[in-house]
Amino acid sequence: MSDGIAKHPGLNLGPGHGKDDAAAEGLMFGFWVFMMSDAILFGMVFATYLTSLSATAGGPGASQLYDLTSTFVETLLLLASSFTFGMASLAMKYRHSERRLVAWLLVTLLLGLAFIGVELHDFASMAAKGGVPTRSGFLSAFFDLVPLHGLHVAAGCLWMIALLGQLVRYGVDTKAKLGIMRLALFWHFLDIIWIAIFSVVYLPGCMHAIG
Amino acid sequence: MPSGNEKADLKAQERREFLSYVWGLGLALALTIVPFAMVKWGAMTPLAVLAVIGVLALVQIVVHFRFFLHISFRQKREDLQLLIFSALILSIMLAGTLWIMASLGLRMGMVQN
Repeated sequence: MSDGIAKHPGLNLGPGHGKDDAAAEGLMFGFWVFMMSDAILFGMVFATYLTSLSATAGGPGASQLYDLTSTFVETLLLLASSFTFGMASLAMKYRHSERRLVAWLLVTLLLGLAFIGVELHDFASMAAKGGVPTRSGFLSAFFDLVPLHGLHVAAGCLWMIALLGQLVRYGVDTKAKLGIMRLALFWHFLDIIWIAIFSVVYLPGCMHAIG
Repeated sequence: MPSGNEKADLKAQERREFLSYVWGLGLALALTIVPFAMVKWGAMTPLAVLAVIGVLALVQIVVHFRFFLHISFRQKREDLQLLIFSALILSIMLAGTLWIMASLGLRMGMVQN
């Protein structure tokens, strides 16, 4: 097996998959273009958050609202789901049983849903302390940034459910493979955005001296 | 059907790629736990903690790109150009926004120092 130039960024199916591998090249490039523009969107929302840090308008600030433990739990859930999606990708690439592929995808889906659950619980406890988007510019910026990522994860979960249905109905065909490969890129990309969120939003916010 | 030799190669490649995900998971875990622990039981000055958080975040992003998204310098030229150009645009827009808004805040006396 040659270990030469990759056809596209991300895990390549490899020449063993014949026409499926050939079809991936253009589609994956297009998906990377989408992800990079999405990254720029996130970057601008991060800039909005950073410029609104002091705009608390007398309302509750970061150190009163953020919860370090639940942020840590969310981080572990997303990281674990990135790993399990990697296992699903390998199960597909190396033609293990369809059951193994579906099982890894299901585990990933459950981790994603658990993440959304913890995040919603977080938002609810923030709201209980008076941290609602309309309270201050700072809170508007927070609820612009973090739920935007949460919405992306929710969209990823919906996409995963659709792909699972497709797998069960049609099997691991070209379309299913290319869909799983694109969702894998999207999923790993969202985990990278989360690194930026916990490093820019939650960790500095939980440092009382700064917040 | 692939010959026996190709099959063995494929097995070795699968093992390599599996280990890549394991390495990614291990490194990302370490790079996550350290900054969280520093914030929880931080003994350093806030500015030092912030600097460490920033550096570790950048390292972790590189780890994710390398081990989960399999980006290396063996990409095709246009693929690398897409990634590097996007990173360039992102950093210009981010740094520019923060610079302009910080300067504006300072001149308008909106930042309490």
